[in-house]
Amino acid sequence: MEKVDVYDELVNLKATELRLGLPGTEETVSCGKSNKRALPNDTEKEIESTGKTETAFPPKAQIVGWPPVRSYRKNNIQTKKNESEGQGNYVKVSMDGAPYLRKIDLTMYKQYPELMKSLENMFKFSVGEYFEREGYKGSDFVPTYEDKDGDWMLVGDVPWEMFVSSCKRLRIMKGSEVKGLGCGV
Amino acid sequence: MNYFPDEVIEHVFDFVTSHKDRNAISLVCKSWYKIERYSRQKVFIGNCYAINPERLLRRFPCLKSLTLKGKPHFADFNLVPHEWGGFLLPWIEALARSRVGLEELRLKRMVVTDESLELLSRSFVNFKSLVLVSCEGFTTDGLASIAANCRHLRDLDLQENEIDDHRGQWLSCFPDTCTTLVTLNFACLEGETNLVALERLVARSPNLKSLKLNRAVPLDALARLMVCAPQIVDLGVGSYENDPDSESYLKLKAAIKKCTSLRSLSGFLEAAPHCLSAFHPICHNLTSLNLSYAAEIHGSHLIKLIQHCKKLQRLWILDSIGDKGLEVVASTCKELQELRVFPSDLLGGGNTAVTEEGLVAISAGCPKLHSILYFCQQMTNAALVTVAKNCPNFIRFRLCILDPTKPDHVTSQPLDEGFGAIVKACKSLRRLSLSGLLTDQVFLYIGMYANQLEMLSIAFAGDTDKGMLYVLNGCKKMKKLEIRDSPFGDTALLADVSKYKTMRSLWMSSCEVTLSGCKRLAQKAPWLNVEIINENDNNRMEENGHEGRQKVDKLYLYRTVVGTRMDAPPFVWIL
Repeated sequence: MEKVDVYDELVNLKATELRLGLPGTEETVSCGKSNKRALPNDTEKEIESTGKTETAFPPKAQIVGWPPVRSYRKNNIQTKKNESEGQGNYVKVSMDGAPYLRKIDLTMYKQYPELMKSLENMFKFSVGEYFEREGYKGSDFVPTYEDKDGDWMLVGDVPWEMFVSSCKRLRIMKGSEVKGLGCGV
Repeated sequence: MNYFPDEVIEHVFDFVTSHKDRNAISLVCKSWYKIERYSRQKVFIGNCYAINPERLLRRFPCLKSLTLKGKPHFADFNLVPHEWGGFLLPWIEALARSRVGLEELRLKRMVVTDESLELLSRSFVNFKSLVLVSCEGFTTDGLASIAANCRHLRDLDLQENEIDDHRGQWLSCFPDTCTTLVTLNFACLEGETNLVALERLVARSPNLKSLKLNRAVPLDALARLMVCAPQIVDLGVGSYENDPDSESYLKLKAAIKKCTSLRSLSGFLEAAPHCLSAFHPICHNLTSLNLSYAAEIHGSHLIKLIQHCKKLQRLWILDSIGDKGLEVVASTCKELQELRVFPSDLLGGGNTAVTEEGLVAISAGCPKLHSILYFCQQMTNAALVTVAKNCPNFIRFRLCILDPTKPDHVTSQPLDEGFGAIVKACKSLRRLSLSGLLTDQVFLYIGMYANQLEMLSIAFAGDTDKGMLYVLNGCKKMKKLEIRDSPFGDTALLADVSKYKTMRSLWMSSCEVTLSGCKRLAQKAPWLNVEIINENDNNRMEENGHEGRQKVDKLYLYRTVVGTRMDAPPFVWIL
């Protein structure tokens, strides 16, 4: 992950950099002019030390259009990777009334209770008890999430794995808005 | 033959179906040209800008089936900006105006809109078959028009398209009277599916042979669908997650056993691998297996499944199968003709990825192998030499080493000799994709030996213009040449301008060609469209002067009989 961060920084620097070269002759990613003979270990060192990308061969992940896999397929693999193998599935968490949002990695949790505890700690609130029919009882706060289809759902209804794969963001609703979810207060 | 009446000749021509052969027939004499054009029903257009619909219809007024390809191949890898072109609408409009009896439309890399789909659905009473591959620009609303208006729809086949899913009710737009479906493939749709409408549609389609579901179709729905369609030949499973003890799973197992015609299996977009055993009873009939989207199927479950598939001819798989897994394939699938191994980890660091060993094993075990696409971590010349010896029948050989300039990992030499062995041994080779560390030498071999080569993909390879020249001079049958990030420049580009008359297209990106070189080419060849794609600074290229010594970012040239296209966006400059 670190290498990706370093590279992201470099890309931004390039965008704001003033240079004397002709426009369009130096691309940060596709490197026809670069030293193609550089072996991967050499180039990684170059990137970290010189901070320039025009002579270095960027890590293969950042070359535009490489590996030559159809974007449709690439998008599918990325989603799967993020979900399954510890690349982290970070989603935003907002709480009504809180000044800023947080982000959590859903893959860090194995089940709902863990997630709830973590959220409760993060935002200093308490979520009440979950009932299959009535939803959350005993609290002003209700955890909801936006799923792949863009709908806002109550956290806890579907099996955990299904939740993790379909959750796009979390929102902890509070107070009057909560009534619509059928929660007894 | 000239003493026979036209009807007899026409009848003979009916037996000639391949495009190449029909094109050849039309060149024999005026009379044959005339008979051929009026009897021609199927036309293949490899580049939608090589011709326009009006001229197409003037020559082939009895057109029933049209195949159109739009964007260049490298568009698949995001090298071509979205708005470049390849618009379907003008074609549909022209075909609709001409009242031609269009029945089949097959599109690849075209920009399709809901408007064009709607117009298509309303303009051709006998429209039967729509196949869209790698297209974009439309939504499920467009699909709804097709479903609602095409009374005799036989095929709706959507392969790897970017479709905006409005989660509407397009499936319920098929009228109750629609019972003619043979192919229904919507695996690439991301949204919810109306399961009730789907089940009713399948139940009233007795001719349904190919059904490919999206991930929103769960296992219990699959069970019900298979009960309705035991005649299915080609199945794409959507979501395959369930409890092996559940009633749905038991129902599914029973239904699968009845599908004795099943020959092709794909999908498993979300899968619980331990439930795969439900398919074991029919595996011995399978000729095609595509698990390249089934990231959750690997290890022993995958191996067990493959061990049952002794008749497999086509296998698409992820590299998580590993070399060991490929060895199992090699010892089990003796009928294998086509293999594709895709990367499961795009950042290229997986331990389970495949190496040259897997490729060698396959080549040794599968004598009928003729097409391969292989993404791997590393390769050696020795392995390629062995593969060439084992499999001299390759028609398509596409090797992609994830690190694009990696040499032979044992000798640190370029892979010239290995690829050289491939082209020398495989006399029928039509398509080749190179990767790894490569010098001009590999191109010398290609020019010398690859006599049947029609398509060549080059990336990060070669040293000088000589490389490209070897290919242009040597490969007499070259149709599509695509090159990226290689040091070929104006000398190679301009050496033999007439060569491009015999080719469909040439793509060069991040190479050494300059603006003035391209301008000179355009001057010498008015029958070519020479397109410069410069997303960054289209205008500056002209203003800065510099006598066109500027390097061109992306060059795409293609032969055409209709001159410059009018629909190019501002960042595409046609010289």
